[in-house]
Amino acid sequence: MPNLNQPRNVIPGFGLTMGFSLFYLGLVFLIPVAGLLIFTTTMSWADFWSAISHPQVVASYKLSFGASLIGALINLFFGMLVAWVLVRYRFPGKRIVDALVDLPFALPTAVAGIALVTLYASTGWVGQHLDVFGIRVAYTQLGVVVALTYIGLPFVVRTVQPVLEDLEAEFEEVSASLGASRFTTVRRVILPALLPAALTGFALAFARALGEYGSVVFISGNLPYRTEITPLLIVTKIEQFDYQGAAAIGTVMLLAAFLLLLLINGLQWWASRRH
Amino acid sequence: MSLTNTSSSLSNSSIEKRWRRATEEPAWLRLSLILIALAFLGLFLVLPLIVVLYSAFSQGLSAWQAAVTEPDALAAIRLTLLVVIIVVPANMVFGVATAWAVAKFEFRGKSVLISLIDMPFAISPVVVGLIFVVMFGSQGWLGPWLYEHDLKILYAVPGIVIVIIFGTLPFIARELIPLMQQQGKEEEEASLTLGANGWKTFWYVTLPNIKWGLIYGVILCNARAMGEFGAVAVVSGRIRGETNTMPLHIEVLYNEYMFTAAFAVSSLLTGLALVTIAIKSAVKWNDERRQRIAAA
Repeated sequence: MPNLNQPRNVIPGFGLTMGFSLFYLGLVFLIPVAGLLIFTTTMSWADFWSAISHPQVVASYKLSFGASLIGALINLFFGMLVAWVLVRYRFPGKRIVDALVDLPFALPTAVAGIALVTLYASTGWVGQHLDVFGIRVAYTQLGVVVALTYIGLPFVVRTVQPVLEDLEAEFEEVSASLGASRFTTVRRVILPALLPAALTGFALAFARALGEYGSVVFISGNLPYRTEITPLLIVTKIEQFDYQGAAAIGTVMLLAAFLLLLLINGLQWWASRRH
Repeated sequence: MSLTNTSSSLSNSSIEKRWRRATEEPAWLRLSLILIALAFLGLFLVLPLIVVLYSAFSQGLSAWQAAVTEPDALAAIRLTLLVVIIVVPANMVFGVATAWAVAKFEFRGKSVLISLIDMPFAISPVVVGLIFVVMFGSQGWLGPWLYEHDLKILYAVPGIVIVIIFGTLPFIARELIPLMQQQGKEEEEASLTLGANGWKTFWYVTLPNIKWGLIYGVILCNARAMGEFGAVAVVSGRIRGETNTMPLHIEVLYNEYMFTAAFAVSSLLTGLALVTIAIKSAVKWNDERRQRIAAA
């Protein structure tokens, strides 16, 4: 029986738009992804396990996950600081700074890669000053962290900024009038309100960093066991026509991406409930 | 009388001072936070930008011009433009159709659909390339069949197009879905009740409303499509002058120590990135102004 309380939707085109959308998603996304997963299942468990647990591959997981985590943590801290400064303070050039935050999102990763290695090489504008202290960035694991920090930079800023803008001043005033110091207000009132958004941004930056290829390969030097990230290993295997090895490692990366997306969806659900 | 007045104004100002101390930060702290934030952004955002532009033009304008008009560079630019002419309209139709279905209708599994659209964003570009190598490669699912029928997808334009479609799938849809959800469907309903058909309603009511979001989505999709690297590197085979897009051409030049030329081609994509974020800001400011006017 039709629900009489709900008027009939007069808007047309549901079948057409939904049908096209699902057809398109299926054709360019779902079927190809399923193709990779099924291809991986044609391997024996022993082959799969030896492909994903080879010491060189394990070393690349450690670097990829470790450097992505450090980069995302750097972005968590500085992202909240940048969001705070952009929302709460006035300074000249603020709008330009605000716009520039999106640059790593719009700049091709290969361009970012050659720009970063040029800056951080031991003769570069930044690298030569670090060289004095014996700090090497280009062609080391530190370089991987720098590249992954760069490409993850917009996420925490852009998730925290709108929440901070919508935060009612009343809560802070109540906290202050109850005698809390500014530091206590920030720690006990503002930070908890920003937490879900900040963690969402952190997870997005981490997910993006984990799969990143273009900006890293120029600055990392790609030494096996030392500065070789997991996506590079997949490229190497494809170039050697080792499809099975590549598919096994690619499946691991794909599962990591799915888990991170689940986590991000959970965080967003948590954030929307808090509002 | 005057004495009490003075004392009350004094205590007023001291209350105000204490109040300000409790609801905002002291000036020195504000200034240091601004400076730390700007130093971080200067190091990570501005310096890379300057190094690209400086290196591109350090040998003079004629060297820059020579690098971007040399035959391999022109071939890379042509291929990149060809690819985005296919990719951007395809993802635009997908984005508009999906946003229409999601924003104007209630159906089960809507949140699953939205999460699905987000997914290409979290998948490594290299894995995107791998997915299509497994699909179309010589040892892949369709490889033997394609070989028999003399069809080339991998190491050719179709392969490049499809990985870029996959990689930039979410961008236009992601811009339009929240925008169209926020605008609701009253205006479309009014138009339809007044007798306009669906296409007319979309063309004259919906499209003007989503114009700016759509423009930004298209520009972002275009910038990301032109700059896509990892996925294209896997499927293009890097055939110089044939299957090298601009980012791959940059890589080739850089690896051959032709740094000025690499940065010259990079400066074109950097200009495109700057235009992209300028349009995003313009759309955002326009939105904020309209909201202020609506609120007033």
